[in-house]
Amino acid sequence: MLLIRCPYCEEERPELEFRNAGEAHIARSADMAATSDDDFEKFFFIRSNPKGIIYERWRHMHGCARFFNAVRDTVSDRFLMTYKAGEPKPAKLPGAFE
Amino acid sequence: MAKAAAKESAAAAPSVERRPALAGQELSVTGVTLAVLPPAQRISLRAPDASVAALSKALGVNLPRKPKTSAAKAGRTALWLGPDEWLVIDEVGKDPLADCAEVTVLHSAVGISHRNVAISVIGPAAAATINSGCPQDLSLDVLPVGAASRTILGKAEIVLLRIAADAFRVECWRSFSDYVFTFLSEAAGDAAA
Repeated sequence: MLLIRCPYCEEERPELEFRNAGEAHIARSADMAATSDDDFEKFFFIRSNPKGIIYERWRHMHGCARFFNAVRDTVSDRFLMTYKAGEPKPAKLPGAFE
Repeated sequence: MAKAAAKESAAAAPSVERRPALAGQELSVTGVTLAVLPPAQRISLRAPDASVAALSKALGVNLPRKPKTSAAKAGRTALWLGPDEWLVIDEVGKDPLADCAEVTVLHSAVGISHRNVAISVIGPAAAATINSGCPQDLSLDVLPVGAASRTILGKAEIVLLRIAADAFRVECWRSFSDYVFTFLSEAAGDAAA
């Protein structure tokens, strides 16, 4: 079983307590009514789906119930790091293979 | 006269019998005893940092600020569930909801006394029993006495509180209580074997 570090509980918890909540750092437009159809499609449907490092939102559903962000490698399924919701994308990843 | 007497007896013996969830269920096997704990007053409390001091004073128990901890005083226990979320359990019949109502600082207190059912799991095989459905590390280094955590047991969500080295309190929703008790009963048999 994967152990995922929850930044709010400050410890590693079993994956069964967590839910994936899609790609992170997708900002909703402040003026949705003025958004063109093309831009809305990009915001709403288009996801990067990379092979490798992905920034995702996760929720510690059966724990503290908070959303947070995680950096995961989609090839190895390894969690590189997790950080609290609202924090900026980390500039440097620990132990990332470049 | 006769009417009044009839009224009185009707009040004394309600036509609908109240049956609490899991009433009277218990299980004792080698190494572990399961029992349904008596009803308690409970609230789900959400509050920002600025309100914690005032709420702690009103409740008479210091709301814990560290993850996975709890605090208890005079029959009242506050369990840390999230950075701004606590479960307060009162086992001596004083309603914590009434205490919170007197506080003017920003907070949200919801009475959930009847939503939850508590089951005690006691004995040398208690940790093994819970671990059969709960993936958390229940060793004393990681989950010391007094530690509390929301987690899962099988398919149901539970709140786990360690009340002693070999004793746990399992809080679950009453609609899950039948599942949780049956799960723990089966697990107790396995853990004892």
